[in-house]
Amino acid sequence: MQTSWIPFIPESASTVSSKVDALYFYLSGVTLFFTLLISGVIVFFVIKYRRRSPFEIPRPIAGSHKLETMWSVIPFIIAMSMFAWGAQIYFENSRPPKNADEIYVVGKQWMWKIQHSTGQREINELHVPLGRKIKLIMTAEDTIHSFFIPAFRIKEDVLPGKYTTQWFEATKAGTYHLFCAEYCGMNHSGMIGSVIVMQPAEFDNWLSGNVGQQSPAVAGQQLYQSLGCITCHGANGEGGRGPALVGLFGRKVDLTNGQSLIADEAYVRESIENPQAKIVAGFGPIMPTFQGQVTPEQLIQLMSFIKSLQVTGAPAATAPNPKLIPSPAPSAAPNRQ
Amino acid sequence: MKAIETFQLPTAAKVNYINAEYGLKSWLLTRDHKRIALLYLGSISFFFFLGGLYAMFIRLELLTPQGDFLSSATYNKVFTQHGIIMIFFFLIPSIPATLGNFLVPMMIGAKDLAFPRINLLSWYIYMLAGIITIYALLAGGIDTGWTFYAPYSTTFSNSYVIAAGLGIFINGFSSILTGLNFIVTIHTMRAPGMTWFRLPLFIWAQYATSLIFVLGTPVLAITILLVAFERLAHVGIFDPALGGDPVLFQHLFWFYSHPAVYIMVLPGMGVVSELIANFSRKNIFGYKFVAFSSMAIAVFGFLVWGHHMFVSSQSVYAGMIFSFLSFAVAIPSAIKVFNWTATLYKGSISYDTPMLYALGFIGLFTIGGMTGLFLASIAVDVHVTDTYFVVAHFHYIMVGGTLLAYLGGLHYWWPKISGRMYPEGWGRFSALVIFVGFNLTFLPQFVAGYLGMPRRYHAYPPEFQVFNVLSSAGASILGFGLLVPAIYLVWSMRYGKHAEANPWHLPGLEWRTASPPPTENFLVTPVVTWEAYEFAPPEEMQVVGKFRDEVVSTE
Repeated sequence: MQTSWIPFIPESASTVSSKVDALYFYLSGVTLFFTLLISGVIVFFVIKYRRRSPFEIPRPIAGSHKLETMWSVIPFIIAMSMFAWGAQIYFENSRPPKNADEIYVVGKQWMWKIQHSTGQREINELHVPLGRKIKLIMTAEDTIHSFFIPAFRIKEDVLPGKYTTQWFEATKAGTYHLFCAEYCGMNHSGMIGSVIVMQPAEFDNWLSGNVGQQSPAVAGQQLYQSLGCITCHGANGEGGRGPALVGLFGRKVDLTNGQSLIADEAYVRESIENPQAKIVAGFGPIMPTFQGQVTPEQLIQLMSFIKSLQVTGAPAATAPNPKLIPSPAPSAAPNRQ
Repeated sequence: MKAIETFQLPTAAKVNYINAEYGLKSWLLTRDHKRIALLYLGSISFFFFLGGLYAMFIRLELLTPQGDFLSSATYNKVFTQHGIIMIFFFLIPSIPATLGNFLVPMMIGAKDLAFPRINLLSWYIYMLAGIITIYALLAGGIDTGWTFYAPYSTTFSNSYVIAAGLGIFINGFSSILTGLNFIVTIHTMRAPGMTWFRLPLFIWAQYATSLIFVLGTPVLAITILLVAFERLAHVGIFDPALGGDPVLFQHLFWFYSHPAVYIMVLPGMGVVSELIANFSRKNIFGYKFVAFSSMAIAVFGFLVWGHHMFVSSQSVYAGMIFSFLSFAVAIPSAIKVFNWTATLYKGSISYDTPMLYALGFIGLFTIGGMTGLFLASIAVDVHVTDTYFVVAHFHYIMVGGTLLAYLGGLHYWWPKISGRMYPEGWGRFSALVIFVGFNLTFLPQFVAGYLGMPRRYHAYPPEFQVFNVLSSAGASILGFGLLVPAIYLVWSMRYGKHAEANPWHLPGLEWRTASPPPTENFLVTPVVTWEAYEFAPPEEMQVVGKFRDEVVSTE
C-alpha cells in the first residue's frame, strides 16, 4: 500500500515509528559492518593462505587471551548498547498516556470489531484522528490474535479472557494496513483491515456522521441494571452490600487477605467472572459468578460504565444520541467448538 | 622417520562394518552404532525430502498475492507440517543421530556407545513417532502451526492435533535416549590418554547438545500432554473459557523450544569447528573458548525463552530481563565466529567441498546471529515479530547454519562412512548452488518482514509480491542444489572411488582406522598421546610435515 522514501522501509506514521527505524538503522549498520568484516577477512585468508603444496603443515598457533578478551568485551558492549536503546523505546511506550482517547477492540475469527468510546462501531476499519493519543483496549472472543499496524511499528497480542492495551499517536494522514499477526486458524490471512488517519476536524465530522449507536458506557449502564449489579453496588455505583464502584479504576483496593492492588481492567474482569478470587476488605464473599453470562464485549461495556462513574456520584455517561437502542440479547458465551 | 600411529591392520582388512553381515535382519537388529547411524541417515533423509515437498508447495502458493493454488485450510496444514517434519524429524535428530552416532565412539577411541541396545531402541522410537506423525498427515493433517499455540490447538482446531502431538511426544524419548547415551559414553568410554581437553570440538558440541536433550525434552513432553489433556478431557489449563491461561502454554513451549534451537545449531557448530581446523591444517584458535562457549550456550539457552513473548502480554520488566539475557547469550556465538576466522590465519586452506560448506556456514550464521539481535531488541521485535523477518532469521540459522554444517560433515566423513569418495567437482558445484539459492530465498524475506508482511499468510497484499517471487525463485535453485548431492552420494556408494583410511591426511582418531571401519572400530585399543588438531608431531615439523599413513600402509 505505501512505503517510505527510504527503500525497504514501510511508511512511518506514528510518534514511535521513527524511533524504531533509527534503532533498526543502527542494528542494520552494525550487522552490515560485522558481516562484511567477517566475510572480508575470511575471503582474504582463504586466498592468501590457500594450500600451495599437498604436504605443507603450517605452524600451530596457540591462541591469545588478549584477542579472546577483546572479541568478547567489544561485542558485549555493542550488544548492551542495542539492549539499552531497544529497552528504552519499549519502556517509554509501555504505559499509555493518561489523557489518551480509548477505543475498544475485540478480535474474533476472523474480524476486528472496533468500538469508539462515543459508540461508533466499525469492522476491520479503524478511523483515528491525526495527532491525538489513542489507547486501544483489546480482548478476543475465541483464540489469540495480534493487532499489528506496520506503519506505526506497534503490535500486541489480543487474548481471550484478558485485556491488553497499546497506544499510538498518528503523525501522518493516510490509510495503513492492519494485520492479525498471530496465527488464528483458517482465515488468518483474511483478518486484515485498514487504519484510516484523518485530520482532527475531518475525524470529528466522521464521528458525527456515524451517530445512532449507543456508547459502550450507556450499554454498560443497562447491563448493570439488567444483570442486577444495582442491588448490591447501588444505582450509581455508590456501594451497599458490595463495594462502591465510583472512581474505581486506578484506585488502590485493599483485600481481605491483607494484600492490595490497583484496580485495572484485568482486576475488574476477574471480579465479574470469578468474584471469590479477590474479596475487598470489609465485604463478604456473596457475589455470584457471571462467567459465561457476559460476553467479552459486554464486559467492555460494563467497564466503560464503571469508568464513567465520577466521584461526584452521578453517572457521566452520555450517549451522542439520547434515543437508546435496546442492547442486543446477551448471546451465549463465545463460540466454542 | 616416525609414523603417525594408526590403529588398523597393516594391510587393508576385507571385513568392515558394512559387509560383516548381510540381510535385513542384520540391519534391523544391529547394535553397531555405525549401522544405527545409517538407519537414521536413511530415515531422516526421507523426512527431509517430505519437508522439502511441503516447502515447495508453500513457495508455489506465495508466488501470487491471491490464495489461488491451495485453499487456506490446506495452506495452513502445509506450513504446519513443513515445520513439524523439518524441526522434529529432520533438524533435531540430523547431526546427533547420524554423524554423532557414527563418530562419537570413533573420535574418542571407543568400540561403541555405552548402551548399544538403547541406541537401537532410540531409532525404533523415532520410527514409531514418524509413523504416527505420517498417519496424522494422511488422516487429514494438522493446522496449528508447529508451535501448537493454545487455545487454538486445544479448543478451536479441527485437525489431527492429538495424533501429531503423540508423534512428537514419542519422538522426544528418542532424543532423550540419544542424549543420555552420548553423555555416559563421553564420560566413561574415552580411550586412554583422551583427556577432556584433547577431545575434538565436535564431541564438546555433542556433549552440550545432549545436556539440552536430557534437560529440555521432558518439558516439551509435559506441554504436549497438557494440550492433549485439555483437548480430550476439557480440563482448563490453557483455554480461558475453561479457566486456563494461554500465556502459560507459551512459557512451557518456549522453555523447550528455544533451547531446541541450540539443539539444532550446536552440533552444526561442532562440525564446523572440525572442518575449519582440519581443512586449514591448523589447531583451532582458542580451543577452550570454543569448547566452553558450547557449554555456555547450552546453559544460558535455557534462560531466554521469554524473547519469543515480548508482545504476548508478558510483563514489561520480564520482557526487559529476557531481552538482556538474549543479548548476553549472543556473545558465546560471536566468540566462536571470531575463533573460526582466526583459525584460518596462516593456515593451509584447501577448497574441498566440506570446507566450502564450512565457510558458507560462517557467513550465513553471522547474518543469522546478527539478525537475532534485532529480535532481542524489544522495540524492534515488537514490529518484526510474527513477520517474515523472523522466518528469514531462523532459516538463516537452521538452513544456512545447521543444514550447511550437516552437508559439510556428511561430505567430510563420507569416505569413512561409505568407504567411497564422492565426486569432488559435483560437490563444489552443488555447494555453490545451494549457497546462492539459499541467499536468494531468504534475504528478500528480511525486507518483506520489516515492511510488515506477517508470517503464516496464505494471501497477502500485492506490494509484497516482488519479494515472494524472488524467494520462490531462490527456493527452486536451492531445491535443485540439494538434489545434486542426493544423487551423487547414492551413486558414489556403488561407483565412487575407493577411499583410503585417511584420505584427508588428518590426525583425528576416526582417520586412524580403516574406511569403512571394522565393526569394533579399532583392532587395538588406541592410546592417545597427542593433542586435538595436532597436525604433525613436533619432532616431525622439520620433515615438512609429511603424513606417515602412506608409510604405514607399506610397513
